[in-house]
Amino acid sequence: MTSKIRRGVSLYSFQEEMFLGRMHVEDCVAFAASIGATGIEILPEQNMPTFPTISDAEVEAWKDMVARHGCHFTAYDMFLDTKRRKDRLMSDDEQVESIVRDLRLCNRLGIRNMRILVFVRPDILARCVPHAEEFDVHMGVEVHAPWHIEHAWILRTIEEADRLGTKHLGILPDMGIFMKHYPPAFRARFERQGARPEVAQFIVDQHEAKIMCEYTIYEVAVKMGGNKAEVAMAETLRHAPYANPRRLADYAPYFRHIQAKFYEMAEDCTDPSIAYDEVIDQLVRCGWEGTLSSEYEGNRWIQDAQDVDSREQVRRQHVMFERLLAEAQDRHSAREAA
Amino acid sequence: MFDKYIIDPASLRNIGPTDAPTGFSFETKLGYYRGLGLSMIEELNVSLDGQPLPRSAIRFDEGPGPLTLDEMETEYARRWAFGAAATILVEHPGGFPCGEHDLSLQQKLRISYMPFPSFNADTKRVSFG
Repeated sequence: MTSKIRRGVSLYSFQEEMFLGRMHVEDCVAFAASIGATGIEILPEQNMPTFPTISDAEVEAWKDMVARHGCHFTAYDMFLDTKRRKDRLMSDDEQVESIVRDLRLCNRLGIRNMRILVFVRPDILARCVPHAEEFDVHMGVEVHAPWHIEHAWILRTIEEADRLGTKHLGILPDMGIFMKHYPPAFRARFERQGARPEVAQFIVDQHEAKIMCEYTIYEVAVKMGGNKAEVAMAETLRHAPYANPRRLADYAPYFRHIQAKFYEMAEDCTDPSIAYDEVIDQLVRCGWEGTLSSEYEGNRWIQDAQDVDSREQVRRQHVMFERLLAEAQDRHSAREAA
Repeated sequence: MFDKYIIDPASLRNIGPTDAPTGFSFETKLGYYRGLGLSMIEELNVSLDGQPLPRSAIRFDEGPGPLTLDEMETEYARRWAFGAAATILVEHPGGFPCGEHDLSLQQKLRISYMPFPSFNADTKRVSFG
Protein backbone atom coordinates (compact mmCIF):
# COMPACT_ATOMS: atom_id res chain seq x y z
CA MET A 1 0.00 0.00 0.00
CA THR A 2 1.04 3.59 -0.55
CA SER A 3 0.24 6.02 2.22
CA LYS A 4 -1.70 9.15 1.34
CA ILE A 5 -0.09 11.06 4.17
CA ARG A 6 1.63 14.27 3.15
CA ARG A 7 4.16 16.32 5.08
CA GLY A 8 3.88 20.00 5.91
CA VAL A 9 4.78 22.75 8.36
CA SER A 10 2.84 25.30 10.37
CA LEU A 11 4.46 28.73 10.37
CA TYR A 12 3.89 28.60 14.15
CA SER A 13 7.06 26.49 14.20
CA PHE A 14 9.25 29.49 13.37
CA GLN A 15 7.75 31.92 15.88
CA GLU A 16 11.06 32.57 17.65
CA GLU A 17 12.90 33.60 14.49
CA MET A 18 9.93 35.54 13.09
CA PHE A 19 9.35 37.38 16.37
CA LEU A 20 13.00 38.45 16.36
CA GLY A 21 12.88 39.43 12.69
CA ARG A 22 15.45 36.77 11.76
CA MET A 23 13.07 34.97 9.40
CA HIS A 24 10.19 36.25 7.33
CA VAL A 25 7.27 34.21 6.09
CA GLU A 26 8.89 33.51 2.74
CA ASP A 27 12.03 32.19 4.48
CA CYS A 28 9.80 29.72 6.34
CA VAL A 29 8.08 28.58 3.16
CA ALA A 30 11.41 28.23 1.32
CA PHE A 31 12.80 26.17 4.17
CA ALA A 32 9.73 23.93 4.27
CA ALA A 33 10.11 23.32 0.53
CA SER A 34 13.79 22.43 1.01
CA ILE A 35 12.89 19.50 3.27
CA GLY A 36 9.97 18.32 1.17
CA ALA A 37 7.36 19.59 3.64
CA THR A 38 5.34 21.34 0.97
CA GLY A 39 2.07 21.81 2.89
CA ILE A 40 1.92 25.24 4.52
CA GLU A 41 -0.29 26.02 7.52
CA ILE A 42 -0.69 29.69 8.36
CA LEU A 43 -1.89 31.80 11.28
CA PRO A 44 -3.20 34.95 9.61
CA GLU A 45 -3.23 36.80 12.94
CA GLN A 46 0.47 36.04 13.26
CA ASN A 47 1.64 36.09 9.65
CA MET A 48 -0.47 38.89 8.13
CA PRO A 49 0.27 42.23 9.82
CA THR A 50 -2.77 43.90 8.20
CA PHE A 51 -5.25 41.27 9.48
CA PRO A 52 -8.25 41.31 9.28
CA THR A 53 -8.28 43.69 6.30
CA ILE A 54 -6.46 41.70 3.64
CA SER A 55 -6.59 43.15 0.12
CA ASP A 56 -7.00 41.07 -3.02
CA ALA A 57 -3.44 42.05 -3.96
CA GLU A 58 -2.14 40.64 -0.65
CA VAL A 59 -4.10 37.43 -1.16
CA GLU A 60 -2.62 37.03 -4.64
CA ALA A 61 0.89 37.81 -3.37
CA TRP A 62 0.57 35.06 -0.75
CA LYS A 63 -0.70 32.51 -3.24
CA ASP A 64 2.06 33.40 -5.72
CA MET A 65 4.75 33.20 -3.08
CA VAL A 66 3.68 29.76 -1.86
CA ALA A 67 3.36 28.44 -5.43
CA ARG A 68 6.75 29.89 -6.40
CA HIS A 69 8.36 27.57 -3.84
CA GLY A 70 6.42 24.55 -5.05
CA CYS A 71 4.27 24.56 -1.91
CA HIS A 72 0.53 24.69 -1.23
CA PHE A 73 -1.62 25.87 1.65
CA THR A 74 -3.02 23.21 3.97
CA ALA A 75 -4.70 24.95 6.89
CA TYR A 76 -5.76 28.30 8.32
CA ASP A 77 -5.59 28.76 12.12
CA MET A 78 -8.46 30.97 13.27
CA PHE A 79 -8.93 32.79 16.56
CA LEU A 80 -12.08 34.06 18.23
CA ASP A 81 -11.89 37.04 20.57
CA THR A 82 -14.98 36.39 22.68
CA LYS A 83 -13.45 38.70 25.31
CA ARG A 84 -12.74 41.52 22.86
CA ARG A 85 -14.82 43.86 25.01
CA LYS A 86 -14.11 44.31 28.69
CA ASP A 87 -17.77 44.84 29.66
CA ARG A 88 -19.32 41.73 28.10
CA LEU A 89 -18.66 38.59 26.09
CA MET A 90 -19.32 38.55 22.35
CA SER A 91 -22.93 37.68 21.58
CA ASP A 92 -23.64 34.48 19.67
CA ASP A 93 -24.35 36.50 16.51
CA GLU A 94 -21.00 38.32 16.85
CA GLN A 95 -19.19 35.00 17.29
CA VAL A 96 -20.75 33.60 14.12
CA GLU A 97 -19.90 36.82 12.28
CA SER A 98 -16.25 36.59 13.35
CA ILE A 99 -15.98 32.95 12.27
CA VAL A 100 -17.63 33.69 8.92
CA ARG A 101 -15.09 36.51 8.42
CA ASP A 102 -12.34 33.89 8.80
CA LEU A 103 -14.10 31.35 6.57
CA ARG A 104 -14.32 34.00 3.85
CA LEU A 105 -10.61 34.89 4.04
CA CYS A 106 -9.74 31.19 4.18
CA ASN A 107 -11.72 30.65 0.98
CA ARG A 108 -10.11 33.67 -0.72
CA LEU A 109 -6.71 32.14 0.00
CA GLY A 110 -7.88 28.84 -1.46
CA ILE A 111 -7.45 26.97 1.86
CA ARG A 112 -9.83 24.11 2.63
CA ASN A 113 -9.05 23.35 6.29
CA MET A 114 -9.59 25.66 9.23
CA ARG A 115 -8.25 25.00 12.71
CA ILE A 116 -11.00 25.98 15.16
CA LEU A 117 -9.87 26.83 18.69
CA VAL A 118 -11.05 24.11 21.07
CA PHE A 119 -13.01 26.50 23.30
CA VAL A 120 -15.46 27.48 20.51
CA ARG A 121 -18.93 26.15 21.37
CA PRO A 122 -20.28 23.31 19.20
CA ASP A 123 -23.66 25.05 18.83
CA ILE A 124 -21.91 28.15 17.45
CA LEU A 125 -20.07 25.95 14.95
CA ALA A 126 -23.34 24.31 13.95
CA ARG A 127 -24.60 27.76 12.98
CA CYS A 128 -21.44 28.26 10.86
CA VAL A 129 -21.82 24.98 8.95
CA PRO A 130 -23.89 26.42 6.05
CA HIS A 131 -21.15 29.02 5.52
CA ALA A 132 -18.39 26.42 5.75
CA GLU A 133 -20.22 24.37 3.12
CA GLU A 134 -20.63 27.43 0.89
CA PHE A 135 -16.91 28.26 1.17
CA ASP A 136 -15.93 24.57 1.07
CA VAL A 137 -13.84 24.80 4.24
CA HIS A 138 -13.60 21.95 6.75
CA MET A 139 -13.86 23.33 10.30
CA GLY A 140 -11.71 21.12 12.52
CA VAL A 141 -11.92 21.65 16.27
CA GLU A 142 -8.40 21.46 17.63
CA VAL A 143 -8.09 18.46 19.93
CA HIS A 144 -5.43 19.94 22.18
CA ALA A 145 -4.11 18.64 25.50
CA PRO A 146 -5.57 18.31 28.11
CA TRP A 147 -8.58 17.44 25.94
CA HIS A 148 -8.36 14.19 23.96
CA ILE A 149 -10.30 12.67 21.09
CA GLU A 150 -13.01 11.06 23.20
CA HIS A 151 -13.29 13.89 25.72
CA ALA A 152 -16.98 14.71 26.25
CA TRP A 153 -16.46 18.25 24.96
CA ILE A 154 -14.95 16.96 21.69
CA LEU A 155 -17.71 14.38 21.32
CA ARG A 156 -20.23 17.24 21.28
CA THR A 157 -18.65 18.46 18.01
CA ILE A 158 -18.71 14.92 16.59
CA GLU A 159 -22.39 14.67 17.54
CA GLU A 160 -23.15 18.01 15.85
CA ALA A 161 -21.36 16.90 12.67
CA ASP A 162 -23.34 13.63 12.66
CA ARG A 163 -26.64 15.35 13.42
CA LEU A 164 -26.12 17.80 10.54
CA GLY A 165 -24.78 15.11 8.22
CA THR A 166 -22.02 17.50 7.16
CA LYS A 167 -18.48 16.86 5.92
CA HIS A 168 -17.50 20.42 6.83
CA LEU A 169 -17.37 20.05 10.61
CA GLY A 170 -15.07 17.72 12.53
CA ILE A 171 -11.85 17.76 14.49
CA LEU A 172 -8.16 18.60 14.00
CA PRO A 173 -5.98 16.62 16.39
CA ASP A 174 -2.87 18.14 17.96
CA MET A 175 -0.33 15.40 18.67
CA GLY A 176 0.48 16.90 22.08
CA ILE A 177 -2.29 14.60 23.36
CA PHE A 178 0.06 11.62 22.85
CA MET A 179 2.77 12.62 25.32
CA LYS A 180 4.07 9.19 26.25
CA HIS A 181 7.18 10.45 28.05
CA TYR A 182 7.77 13.70 29.95
CA PRO A 183 9.76 16.10 27.71
CA PRO A 184 13.41 16.41 28.79
CA ALA A 185 13.34 20.08 27.71
CA PHE A 186 10.60 20.82 30.27
CA ARG A 187 12.54 19.10 33.03
CA ALA A 188 15.79 20.85 32.17
CA ARG A 189 14.19 24.30 32.31
CA PHE A 190 12.55 23.62 35.67
CA GLU A 191 15.91 22.43 37.00
CA ARG A 192 17.53 25.67 35.78
CA GLN A 193 14.78 27.49 37.69
CA GLY A 194 15.62 25.67 40.91
CA ALA A 195 13.83 22.31 40.85
CA ARG A 196 15.90 19.75 42.75
CA PRO A 197 16.98 16.83 40.52
CA GLU A 198 15.43 14.23 42.86
CA VAL A 199 12.05 16.01 42.84
CA ALA A 200 12.20 16.43 39.05
CA GLN A 201 12.96 12.72 38.74
CA PHE A 202 9.97 11.90 40.97
CA ILE A 203 7.67 13.93 38.69
CA VAL A 204 9.10 12.27 35.57
CA ASP A 205 8.66 8.82 37.15
CA GLN A 206 5.06 9.58 38.13
CA HIS A 207 4.31 10.69 34.54
CA GLU A 208 6.02 7.61 33.15
CA ALA A 209 3.80 5.46 35.40
CA LYS A 210 0.73 7.40 34.15
CA ILE A 211 -0.35 8.27 37.67
CA MET A 212 -3.18 10.79 37.63
CA CYS A 213 -1.64 14.25 37.89
CA GLU A 214 -3.46 15.49 41.01
CA TYR A 215 -1.77 12.82 43.17
CA THR A 216 1.64 14.02 42.00
CA ILE A 217 0.83 17.69 42.43
CA TYR A 218 -0.29 17.10 46.03
CA GLU A 219 2.78 14.97 46.78
CA VAL A 220 5.13 17.63 45.44
CA ALA A 221 3.35 20.73 46.76
CA VAL A 222 2.41 19.47 50.23
CA LYS A 223 4.23 16.31 51.26
CA MET A 224 7.58 17.16 49.68
CA GLY A 225 7.35 20.89 50.43
CA GLY A 226 8.06 21.65 46.80
CA ASN A 227 9.56 24.98 45.81
CA LYS A 228 8.01 27.22 43.14
CA ALA A 229 9.77 25.55 40.21
CA GLU A 230 8.92 22.05 41.48
CA VAL A 231 5.24 22.85 41.95
CA ALA A 232 5.12 24.50 38.53
CA MET A 233 6.73 21.40 37.01
CA ALA A 234 4.22 19.11 38.73
CA GLU A 235 1.38 21.31 37.48
CA THR A 236 2.49 20.81 33.86
CA LEU A 237 1.22 17.25 34.30
CA ARG A 238 -2.33 18.61 34.02
CA HIS A 239 -1.54 19.32 30.36
CA ALA A 240 0.63 16.29 29.65
CA PRO A 241 -1.71 13.41 28.78
CA TYR A 242 -0.95 10.24 26.88
CA ALA A 243 -4.18 9.46 25.06
CA ASN A 244 -4.75 6.20 23.20
CA PRO A 245 -3.39 6.49 19.62
CA ARG A 246 -5.95 3.88 18.48
CA ARG A 247 -8.64 6.54 18.72
CA LEU A 248 -7.03 8.20 15.66
CA ALA A 249 -8.18 5.30 13.47
CA ASP A 250 -11.64 5.31 15.05
CA TYR A 251 -12.19 9.00 14.29
CA ALA A 252 -10.20 9.28 11.03
CA PRO A 253 -13.27 10.27 8.96
CA TYR A 254 -13.60 13.41 11.09
CA PHE A 255 -10.18 14.94 10.39
CA ARG A 256 -8.12 15.88 7.33
CA HIS A 257 -5.20 17.68 8.97
CA ILE A 258 -2.95 17.08 11.96
CA GLN A 259 -0.92 19.52 14.00
CA ALA A 260 2.27 17.58 14.61
CA LYS A 261 3.18 19.23 17.91
CA PHE A 262 6.63 18.62 19.31
CA TYR A 263 8.90 20.14 21.91
CA GLU A 264 12.30 18.83 20.89
CA MET A 265 13.95 16.39 18.53
CA ALA A 266 17.10 14.52 19.52
CA GLU A 267 20.19 14.59 17.29
CA ASP A 268 19.35 11.09 16.06
CA CYS A 269 16.01 12.40 14.79
CA THR A 270 13.83 10.75 17.41
CA ASP A 271 11.19 12.45 19.52
CA PRO A 272 11.84 11.70 23.20
CA SER A 273 8.29 12.56 24.24
CA ILE A 274 5.47 12.26 21.70
CA ALA A 275 4.58 8.71 20.56
CA TYR A 276 4.91 9.33 16.81
CA ASP A 277 5.80 5.69 16.15
CA GLU A 278 2.37 4.66 17.42
CA VAL A 279 0.58 7.63 15.85
CA ILE A 280 1.95 7.04 12.36
CA ASP A 281 1.34 3.32 12.58
CA GLN A 282 -2.34 4.01 13.29
CA LEU A 283 -2.66 6.60 10.53
CA VAL A 284 -1.10 4.33 7.91
CA ARG A 285 -3.05 1.30 9.07
CA CYS A 286 -6.40 3.06 8.65
CA GLY A 287 -5.45 4.63 5.32
CA TRP A 288 -5.85 8.20 6.58
CA GLU A 289 -5.38 10.92 3.98
CA GLY A 290 -4.14 14.33 5.04
CA THR A 291 -1.14 16.36 6.15
CA LEU A 292 1.15 15.96 9.14
CA SER A 293 1.92 19.62 9.83
CA SER A 294 4.91 20.33 12.07
CA GLU A 295 4.17 22.49 15.07
CA TYR A 296 7.40 23.15 16.93
CA GLU A 297 6.75 24.59 20.39
CA GLY A 298 10.10 24.09 22.03
CA ASN A 299 11.43 27.62 21.80
CA ARG A 300 9.84 28.77 25.07
CA TRP A 301 11.50 25.91 26.96
CA ILE A 302 15.10 26.59 25.92
CA GLN A 303 15.38 30.29 25.00
CA ASP A 304 16.56 31.19 28.53
CA ALA A 305 19.63 29.02 28.07
CA GLN A 306 20.44 28.73 24.38
CA ASP A 307 19.73 30.00 20.90
CA VAL A 308 16.69 28.49 19.27
CA ASP A 309 17.15 26.77 15.90
CA SER A 310 13.61 26.01 14.74
CA ARG A 311 14.76 24.97 11.26
CA GLU A 312 16.99 22.22 12.58
CA GLN A 313 14.25 20.99 14.91
CA VAL A 314 11.69 20.85 12.10
CA ARG A 315 14.20 19.18 9.78
CA ARG A 316 14.81 16.41 12.30
CA GLN A 317 11.08 15.84 12.74
CA HIS A 318 10.67 15.32 9.00
CA VAL A 319 13.55 12.85 8.88
CA MET A 320 11.63 10.94 11.55
CA PHE A 321 8.35 11.21 9.62
CA GLU A 322 9.94 9.80 6.45
CA ARG A 323 11.41 6.90 8.39
CA LEU A 324 8.23 6.09 10.33
CA LEU A 325 6.01 6.41 7.25
CA ALA A 326 8.23 4.03 5.26
CA GLU A 327 8.35 1.51 8.11
CA ALA A 328 4.59 1.63 8.63
CA GLN A 329 3.92 1.23 4.92
CA ASP A 330 6.18 -1.82 4.75
CA ARG A 331 4.55 -3.32 7.81
CA HIS A 332 0.99 -2.82 6.64
CA SER A 333 1.75 -3.87 3.04
CA ALA A 334 3.16 -7.12 4.41
CA ARG A 335 0.08 -7.57 6.57
CA GLU A 336 -2.25 -6.99 3.60
CA ALA A 337 -0.27 -9.39 1.42
CA ALA A 338 -0.58 -12.04 4.12
CA MET B 1 6.83 32.70 25.66
CA PHE B 2 8.81 35.79 24.67
CA ASP B 3 9.32 37.46 28.05
CA LYS B 4 13.04 38.08 27.71
CA TYR B 5 12.50 40.04 24.48
CA ILE B 6 9.66 42.34 25.63
CA ILE B 7 11.76 45.44 26.44
CA ASP B 8 14.28 46.79 23.93
CA PRO B 9 16.74 48.53 26.26
CA ALA B 10 18.58 50.24 23.38
CA SER B 11 15.41 52.20 22.52
CA LEU B 12 15.24 54.08 25.83
CA ARG B 13 14.96 57.88 25.27
CA ASN B 14 13.93 60.95 27.18
CA ILE B 15 10.99 62.94 25.84
CA GLY B 16 10.29 66.68 26.04
CA PRO B 17 12.88 69.47 26.09
CA THR B 18 16.46 68.25 26.40
CA ASP B 19 17.14 70.46 29.42
CA ALA B 20 13.83 69.61 31.13
CA PRO B 21 12.57 66.19 30.01
CA THR B 22 8.93 65.44 30.80
CA GLY B 23 9.33 61.69 30.69
CA PHE B 24 10.86 58.79 28.79
CA SER B 25 9.96 56.26 26.16
CA PHE B 26 11.05 52.78 25.09
CA GLU B 27 10.06 50.14 22.58
CA THR B 28 8.32 46.90 23.42
CA LYS B 29 7.00 43.85 21.60
CA LEU B 30 3.85 41.95 22.46
CA GLY B 31 4.78 38.81 24.39
CA TYR B 32 2.42 36.57 22.44
CA TYR B 33 2.57 34.39 19.32
CA ARG B 34 0.02 36.42 17.35
CA GLY B 35 -1.19 40.02 17.08
CA LEU B 36 -3.95 41.32 19.34
CA GLY B 37 -6.56 44.11 19.25
CA LEU B 38 -5.69 46.97 21.59
CA SER B 39 -8.89 46.53 23.65
CA MET B 40 -7.46 43.23 24.90
CA ILE B 41 -4.24 44.80 26.23
CA GLU B 42 -5.59 45.23 29.77
CA GLU B 43 -2.57 46.66 31.53
CA LEU B 44 0.93 47.88 30.73
CA ASN B 45 2.55 48.17 34.13
CA VAL B 46 5.85 50.06 34.14
CA SER B 47 8.15 50.00 37.14
CA LEU B 48 11.40 51.75 37.86
CA ASP B 49 13.67 49.96 40.35
CA GLY B 50 10.68 47.92 41.45
CA GLN B 51 8.48 50.99 42.11
CA PRO B 52 5.31 50.98 39.97
CA LEU B 53 4.65 54.18 38.00
CA PRO B 54 1.06 55.45 37.89
CA ARG B 55 -1.28 53.96 35.25
CA SER B 56 -2.31 57.49 34.19
CA ALA B 57 1.32 58.30 33.29
CA ILE B 58 1.47 55.59 30.60
CA ARG B 59 0.77 56.07 26.87
CA PHE B 60 0.95 53.40 24.17
CA ASP B 61 1.56 53.82 20.44
CA GLU B 62 1.88 51.00 17.93
CA GLY B 63 2.09 53.60 15.13
CA PRO B 64 -1.00 55.78 14.56
CA GLY B 65 -0.61 57.87 17.72
CA PRO B 66 -0.48 57.59 21.50
CA LEU B 67 -3.40 56.33 23.61
CA THR B 68 -3.96 56.16 27.35
CA LEU B 69 -4.73 52.77 28.88
CA ASP B 70 -8.31 53.96 29.44
CA GLU B 71 -8.62 54.83 25.74
CA MET B 72 -7.21 51.45 24.75
CA GLU B 73 -10.02 49.67 26.60
CA THR B 74 -12.50 50.63 23.88
CA GLU B 75 -10.13 50.72 20.91
CA TYR B 76 -11.57 47.98 18.70
CA ALA B 77 -10.03 48.89 15.33
CA ARG B 78 -6.32 49.11 16.07
CA ARG B 79 -4.16 46.00 16.48
CA TRP B 80 -0.68 45.36 17.78
CA ALA B 81 0.90 43.04 15.21
CA PHE B 82 3.01 39.98 16.04
CA GLY B 83 6.70 40.80 16.47
CA ALA B 84 6.10 44.53 15.89
CA ALA B 85 7.76 47.09 18.14
CA ALA B 86 5.44 49.64 19.77
CA THR B 87 6.36 52.63 21.92
CA ILE B 88 5.56 53.09 25.59
CA LEU B 89 5.66 56.73 26.67
CA VAL B 90 5.88 57.50 30.37
CA GLU B 91 5.24 60.89 31.96
CA HIS B 92 8.05 61.22 34.48
CA PRO B 93 9.29 64.77 35.18
CA GLY B 94 13.04 64.98 34.77
CA GLY B 95 13.07 61.99 32.44
CA PHE B 96 14.76 58.65 33.04
CA PRO B 97 17.15 58.90 36.00
CA CYS B 98 20.86 58.84 35.22
CA GLY B 99 22.91 55.80 36.13
CA GLU B 100 22.01 52.13 36.30
CA HIS B 101 18.37 51.29 36.95
CA ASP B 102 15.92 48.40 36.55
CA LEU B 103 13.19 49.08 34.01
CA SER B 104 10.27 46.63 34.17
CA LEU B 105 7.21 46.12 32.02
CA GLN B 106 4.37 43.73 32.69
CA GLN B 107 1.77 43.16 29.94
CA LYS B 108 -1.59 41.84 31.10
CA LEU B 109 -3.52 40.39 28.15
CA ARG B 110 -7.13 39.22 27.87
CA ILE B 111 -6.80 36.06 25.79
CA SER B 112 -10.28 34.72 25.07
CA TYR B 113 -9.47 30.99 25.11
CA MET B 114 -7.55 31.17 28.39
CA PRO B 115 -9.44 30.85 31.69
CA PHE B 116 -7.22 33.51 33.30
CA PRO B 117 -5.34 36.62 32.08
CA SER B 118 -1.93 36.18 30.49
CA PHE B 119 0.90 38.02 32.22
CA ASN B 120 4.15 38.66 30.38
CA ALA B 121 6.96 40.50 32.07
CA ASP B 122 10.50 41.63 31.45
CA THR B 123 13.03 43.56 33.52
CA LYS B 124 16.13 45.07 31.99
CA ARG B 125 19.04 46.68 33.82
CA VAL B 126 19.76 49.82 31.84
CA SER B 127 22.50 52.38 32.03
CA PHE B 128 21.32 55.88 31.11
CA GLY B 129 22.62 59.41 30.87
